[in-house]
Amino acid sequence: MTAVLSRRDLLRAGGALVVGFALPRPSPAQAAMAKTVDATELDGFLAISPDGSVTVYCGKVDLGQGLRIAIPQMAAEELGLGVERITLIEGDTALTPDQGPTAGSTGIAKGGVQIRQAAATARQALIRLAAARFDVPEDGLDIVDGDVRSLSGEGPSLGIGDLVGEHGFGLKLDPKAPLRSPASYKVVGKPLPRPDVPAKVTGRHTYVHDFRLPGMLHGKVIRPPAVGASLLGVDESALKAFKGVRIVRIKDFLGVVAASEWDALRAADALKATWSQTENLIGHEAVRDAMKAGPFVGEDIVVSKGDAATALADPDVAVLKAEYYWPVQSHASMGPSCAVADVKSDSATLWTASQATHRFRPAYAAMLGLPVDMVRLIYLDGSGCYGMNGHDDACADAALLSKAVGKPVRVQWSREDELGWDPKGPPQLLALEATPMEGGVVAGWRTEMWLPKATAGLPNVPLLAAQAAGIDQPMGLVTGLITQNGDPPYGVAAVQVKVNWLADAPLRPSNIRAPGKIANSFAVEGFFDELCNQAKVDGLITRLQMLKDLRGIIVLSRAASLIGWKPRPSPNPESDGVGRGVAYVHYKHSETYVAVAMEVSVDRDSGKVAVRRVACAHDCGLVINPDALRLQIEGAIIQTLSRTLLEEVTFDTKAVTSTDWASYPILGFADIPDITVDLINQPNQPPMGGGEAAATPIPAALANAIFDACGARVRTVPITPERVKAALAEADAKDKLG
Amino acid sequence: MPTKAAVNKKAAAGIALAVNGQKRTVAGDPNRPLLYVLRNDLGLTGAKFGCGKGQCGACSVLMNNEAVRSCQVTLAQAAGKSITTLEGLGDIKTPHPVQAAFIAEQAAQCGYCANGMVMATVALLARTPEPSLDEAKQALAGNLCRCGTHRRILRAVMRASGRAQP
Ligand code: FES
Ligand code: FES
Repeated sequence: MTAVLSRRDLLRAGGALVVGFALPRPSPAQAAMAKTVDATELDGFLAISPDGSVTVYCGKVDLGQGLRIAIPQMAAEELGLGVERITLIEGDTALTPDQGPTAGSTGIAKGGVQIRQAAATARQALIRLAAARFDVPEDGLDIVDGDVRSLSGEGPSLGIGDLVGEHGFGLKLDPKAPLRSPASYKVVGKPLPRPDVPAKVTGRHTYVHDFRLPGMLHGKVIRPPAVGASLLGVDESALKAFKGVRIVRIKDFLGVVAASEWDALRAADALKATWSQTENLIGHEAVRDAMKAGPFVGEDIVVSKGDAATALADPDVAVLKAEYYWPVQSHASMGPSCAVADVKSDSATLWTASQATHRFRPAYAAMLGLPVDMVRLIYLDGSGCYGMNGHDDACADAALLSKAVGKPVRVQWSREDELGWDPKGPPQLLALEATPMEGGVVAGWRTEMWLPKATAGLPNVPLLAAQAAGIDQPMGLVTGLITQNGDPPYGVAAVQVKVNWLADAPLRPSNIRAPGKIANSFAVEGFFDELCNQAKVDGLITRLQMLKDLRGIIVLSRAASLIGWKPRPSPNPESDGVGRGVAYVHYKHSETYVAVAMEVSVDRDSGKVAVRRVACAHDCGLVINPDALRLQIEGAIIQTLSRTLLEEVTFDTKAVTSTDWASYPILGFADIPDITVDLINQPNQPPMGGGEAAATPIPAALANAIFDACGARVRTVPITPERVKAALAEADAKDKLG
Repeated sequence: MPTKAAVNKKAAAGIALAVNGQKRTVAGDPNRPLLYVLRNDLGLTGAKFGCGKGQCGACSVLMNNEAVRSCQVTLAQAAGKSITTLEGLGDIKTPHPVQAAFIAEQAAQCGYCANGMVMATVALLARTPEPSLDEAKQALAGNLCRCGTHRRILRAVMRASGRAQP
């Protein structure tokens, strides 16, 4: 089923649209009336109903980050009305233009900005229409509270709903339509509450997990005990005890479908499958060494400034060297992934929490053997997702099962499925070397990275279900842009960043929050502190002296002053086990500016680190909704502290072994520090991302603070008590050698 | 403990429990977790499936006014008990004071953990109407959140108790 509805149907359906099953089945004749999803058409993004309410069609989705209020704020501002008049439709491939995946911190910066331009185009058109009706010049008119009227308040006025007819605007989105001046903003910049919170905390919000269709069955896919194992046989005899349970087997894809979720689970448990003895993995302990061993598929110099090789080859200088490692990590979403699929012989509708509905649409179409335009993905909220968790795979599971049984099927992953099979953040290994810092000058710096190489042009992470079922799909690796921020942002004379590209990753990778940048910043900002420590200079003052960018200087000094930074070399000479550290990033060297200062205490006997205070100064340009932004930043800080202190996916030669919250622990309430977020609003700058940048400097600030507290330099994540103790022992041994 | 035969006999006729103040009779496997009964048989999806192992708290409900993990309670064990789910506390128009505090503090990102957080808070405030921040942290220690909403949640707990917010 593709969405082919008249505009009036769409508007009448209102909120029910989001849930989707109120949609009437279209007849082919209605196809001509399909709503455009063309991103160059104003009607692609925006519809105005006769009562003056506005529907905004957004290709980006709200995963809990607050787009559901921020994007309406941007549209409302340009349109001259309140957000309560706006209904936002998100990530429905039949209704929303493809604005790219909700990833890379682009929700506002790209998605919101595009919709703002659509709203500005609409405002221009509405004023033009009203001017013609009133027979007055356009430049005396504006939209105020949803009415077009003269700026002076005199003369006629007309509601925007009276100006646009049934067929919409029929205009191209005008990239030059004038935007309102930030000085006049009434809606943008306000901490408006998110519209979904009341429903979320009263149990009235429909997550994909809660979505039900009439006649829907429950499916459960049985994944092999080893990654890549083949299915040798299935003993179905145990299933006799269950009424109406069906087995679906397509090559190595094995699932059961039942009328009730409980029956599906029990049947899946009872089923005896025999799998090949397969050992395709290297085990997590072998990853670090394996990254240096290859096989490699090439190398790249991604940053080259001056002649780093010559500077580092100077026989008169003792080059400082260090190696940093970031392990494989899971998205570890709170709710295991879920999806509902209704696959018919000629069409399919998939309800999914995907961050990339448009992007995955061709993959599902190919998997199901359907034309792309007969497959519709409808976004429903899932459990928070930070790149790509198991949602897209659960959707593929549901789609294959639904196709096999000819009924709508819901698939709910288990905790083991999610931690075991979600695509993982890839490991990163970095070796750094630099000439010693002298008088605030570093002559040469080199970062060498070992990273899995993302496959060029690969549209999406390959789907588990398609792979198991032997259905052709483009194979390869997805990682996100993981080489950025591998060079110091400070005025180092000669810098080189080299990447050694690995042919493969230890587990199927995907992007995970702030892909690559967190580990790169951990290494670069940690190593920069090592240079400062060696030179016995203060890390903050040195950064400020070497930084050329005023916005960077501002965030650094504000974050540091929030924790009462007192300049001195590290480690802390008072040596009471308390220390502070700072780190800074200009995200991707072109986006948000963030500095984080942190205070920690370290127990020398146990090696246990307690984070006491975190201060974050954040400049992402124009702030749309400061309250939602603060929450995003706090979330990024807490999640990244968790990743830094606790998280590593463990696996043996067969499969992931950290498949519950005991073996893959995350940070809990007991360890939540005091957090201060200092937002620097820049009304005249473009809005930039708020979801990723604040995560980036966290590990380095933490490692720098630990060093300040006790003289231990930890360069491997997770920063466990054992690693702190080992680093302490190393520091003590060095001291003795003097 | 009732005998297995007794449990099965009861199940055939259906097991009675009070859910959000209403008497409900549920048939089927008495050994299935209450969470599945609530979500699938009774259409109450406020309680969420997070782990099925008692490790995360997403599935919490109140059973005779105690917060319990409904993934760890069987239908048979819930027989005759009074169950309150997130929906039963309040709704969007008339939220429970704890829900109202969560709304005021905007204490949800994805909100998948919110059910457990609200339930744990209601149970805490019933025991300790004016908890200290540390007591609040302790009471919520077994409830996981991946989005990092913890500080807002703590603020909501303190707001609901009428205390200063952290
Ligand atoms: S789902 Fe019950 S504790 Fe996690
Ligand atoms: S808000 Fe997403 S898990 Fe807590």
